[in-house]
Amino acid sequence: MIVLFFGTLFGLILGVLPGLGPTTGGALILPFTMTLDPLSAIVLLTSIYCAGTYGGAITAVLINTPGTPAAAATCLDGYPLAQKGEAGRALGMATVSSTVGGIFSVIILVFFAPILAQLAYEFGQPEYFALAIFGLTMLASIGEGSPIKNLIAGAFGILISTVGKDFMTSIDRFTFGVNELTEGIGFIPVVVGLFAMSEMLTQSTLINQIFNRIALKAIKLPSKDDYKKTWKTILRSSGIGSFIGVLPAEGGTVASLIGYSEAKRFSKNPEEFGKGSIEGIAGAEAANNAATGGAMVPTLALGIPGSATTAVILTGLIIHGVRPGPDLFREQPDFLYGIFGAMLIANILFFIFGFFGAKIFARITLVPNKILWPMIFAVSVCGTYSLNQSIIDVWIMLFFGVLGFFMRRYGFSVVPVIIGLILGELVEGTLRQSLVIFDGNWFMFFTRPIALTFFVLSLIALAFPLIRSKKINRKL
Amino acid sequence: MKNVQKSKRANKSLPFFFKDEFKVSFIIIFISAILLITTFTFDIVPPILNRGIQPATFPKALLILIIGMTLTIYYLAIKNPWKVEKKLPKSFFLTLFSFVIFVIVSKTLDFFLAISALSIFVSYCWGEKRIFYLLLVGIIFPVIVFIFFETILGLRFPPGIITNIYYS
Repeated sequence: MIVLFFGTLFGLILGVLPGLGPTTGGALILPFTMTLDPLSAIVLLTSIYCAGTYGGAITAVLINTPGTPAAAATCLDGYPLAQKGEAGRALGMATVSSTVGGIFSVIILVFFAPILAQLAYEFGQPEYFALAIFGLTMLASIGEGSPIKNLIAGAFGILISTVGKDFMTSIDRFTFGVNELTEGIGFIPVVVGLFAMSEMLTQSTLINQIFNRIALKAIKLPSKDDYKKTWKTILRSSGIGSFIGVLPAEGGTVASLIGYSEAKRFSKNPEEFGKGSIEGIAGAEAANNAATGGAMVPTLALGIPGSATTAVILTGLIIHGVRPGPDLFREQPDFLYGIFGAMLIANILFFIFGFFGAKIFARITLVPNKILWPMIFAVSVCGTYSLNQSIIDVWIMLFFGVLGFFMRRYGFSVVPVIIGLILGELVEGTLRQSLVIFDGNWFMFFTRPIALTFFVLSLIALAFPLIRSKKINRKL
Repeated sequence: MKNVQKSKRANKSLPFFFKDEFKVSFIIIFISAILLITTFTFDIVPPILNRGIQPATFPKALLILIIGMTLTIYYLAIKNPWKVEKKLPKSFFLTLFSFVIFVIVSKTLDFFLAISALSIFVSYCWGEKRIFYLLLVGIIFPVIVFIFFETILGLRFPPGIITNIYYS
C-alpha cells in the first residue's frame, strides 16, 4: 500500500513535468525496483503508469504543453477552456474521465487477460514466433512516425538483443573482445539512455522555451449538466481506449486522438471542439487512461508490450525473473491479482490526489529545467550503475542517449528499439527452436493455423499504412 | 506551411551528400555493412552440434533487412525530401561535450566528481548563474543521491579521489 501510495504520487509528479512522463519515469525508477520484491516492483511501475498518464492532463490544461504524449489531445480543448477562466472545470472533467477510463480498462484487463492467456496455451514455438513478428509489424501501422523507420528501429532493437553469447551455442556475437559485452547489453542502460538521456539532450535544445502558465484557483467537480453532456463520450472513449490499448503498439497517444475525434464526430456541438469543449477533454482523457489497462492485457498474457510504458513494465518483470504468459496466470494468480488490484486503487488514488493536490502539482511545472535535468542525470547515472556496478553500463546508457536524440531528430521512434530488444530473444529463440522442430523446413510455419493467422495479420499491419496514406492522398 | 515549403526548397537546392536523408541513410548502411562483415567472423558450429541455424544467420538476416529498408527510405526521400531540421543550439553541443567530459573524469578521476562536475556545467550552460542553485544541483543533490545509494541500497561506487576518502 505504501509503494502504491508513493508510486501514484511519483507518477503524478512525473506526468506533470513535460518531457518526463510515465515511460521515462518508469525507466528512471527501474534500477530502484531491484531492492523490492517482484510484486511491489511491478505495483510501483503500474501505479506510476496510471497516475503519470493522468498527470499529463494537468500540464496540458494549464500550460498548453502535454506532460505526456498521450495528453496532446487534451491541450486542444483543455487550454482554451482554462484561458476562459475555467481551468478548475477543465481539470475536474479530466480527473473524472481519466478515473472512469482507468477503472473501465482495469475491468477489461481482469476479464480479458486470463482469456487471452488461456488461448496462449495453444501456442507452441512457431505460434510465439508468429505472434512476436505480429507485435513488431504493428509498430509499422500505428506507431508514431514513418512505418519503415519504425521497422528499422525495431530491427535494430532485435539486433541489440543478439549481442553477447548466443543462448543456444554460447558463441560470442558482436562482443568485439569486450568482456562486459559477453552477457549482452542490459535492458536498463538502453531504456534509461533512450528515454531519459535523449530527453535531456532534447531539453538542451529548448532552454529558451517560455510557458504561459494559467493560474489554478481550485479544481471543480463537473456539474450535472457537464455529466449529462459527457457520460456517453466517457464510456465510448473508455471502450475505444481499452481496445486500442490491447493492440501491441503505442496505446495512449493513439487512443486519445481517436477518442477525441470520435467525441467530436458524435457531439451535438462539434463546432465547440478546439475552443474549450468539455466533451473534447472527456473524450481524450477517458481514452488515454483506458489504454493503460488495455495495454497491460498483451503485456501480461503474452509478454508482448502494448505501449512504450508497458515495455518498461515488461522489462521490470523480466529483470525480476517473472516471465509473462499463460504460465504466469496458472502459477502465480496472486501476483496477477495484486497487479490488477493495485491498478484499480491507483486510479482511485490519483482521483483523490488530483482533486486535493492539483494546485500543488501545478506548481511543480515551475521547477526550471536547468535545475531539474542535472538532478535527473545524477539519478540516471547512479541508477544505471547500481544494477551491475559496472561503469560500462553507464557509458552504454550515455551512448544510447545520444543515439536516441538523433533517432528522434530524424523521425525514428525510440519505442520500437525497446520493443525489439525485449522481443528479440523471443523472436530468435522461437524461430530457431521451430526450425529444429520442423527439421529446417521453413514452409512448415504456414501449416500451423494460429501461426498462419498471425502472419496474415502481420501482412495486413504492414499494408495498412500504405492503404491509409493512399486514402488520405485521394481525399486531398 | 510557408516555412515547410521554404525548408523543403532549401533542402532540394543542396547537393545530395549534404542532405539529411543521405547522411542518415549512409551512416545506417555503413555501420550495418561493418556489422554484417563482422558476422562472417563469428565461429561456425559443427553440423553435429548445430540446432536449427548458425548463430550468425539471424543477425545477418537482420542487417540485410535494415540495409534494404534504409535504401527504401532513401529512395522514398528522393521523391519526398525530409524537412530540414533547425540547427542545433550551442547548449546542445555543450551538453554533449559534458557527456564526453563525464566519461573521461569518471574513468580517470572519480565517479562522484564526474556527476558533480557535469551537473554544475550543464546547469550553468543552460542559464543558471545563482551560486546556491549551482551548489544544490552540483553538490547537495549528488551527495543525497550518493548517500541514498550507498547506505539504503548498499551500493559500492567505483574507487576515485573523493570516494576513496569517503570509504577510508
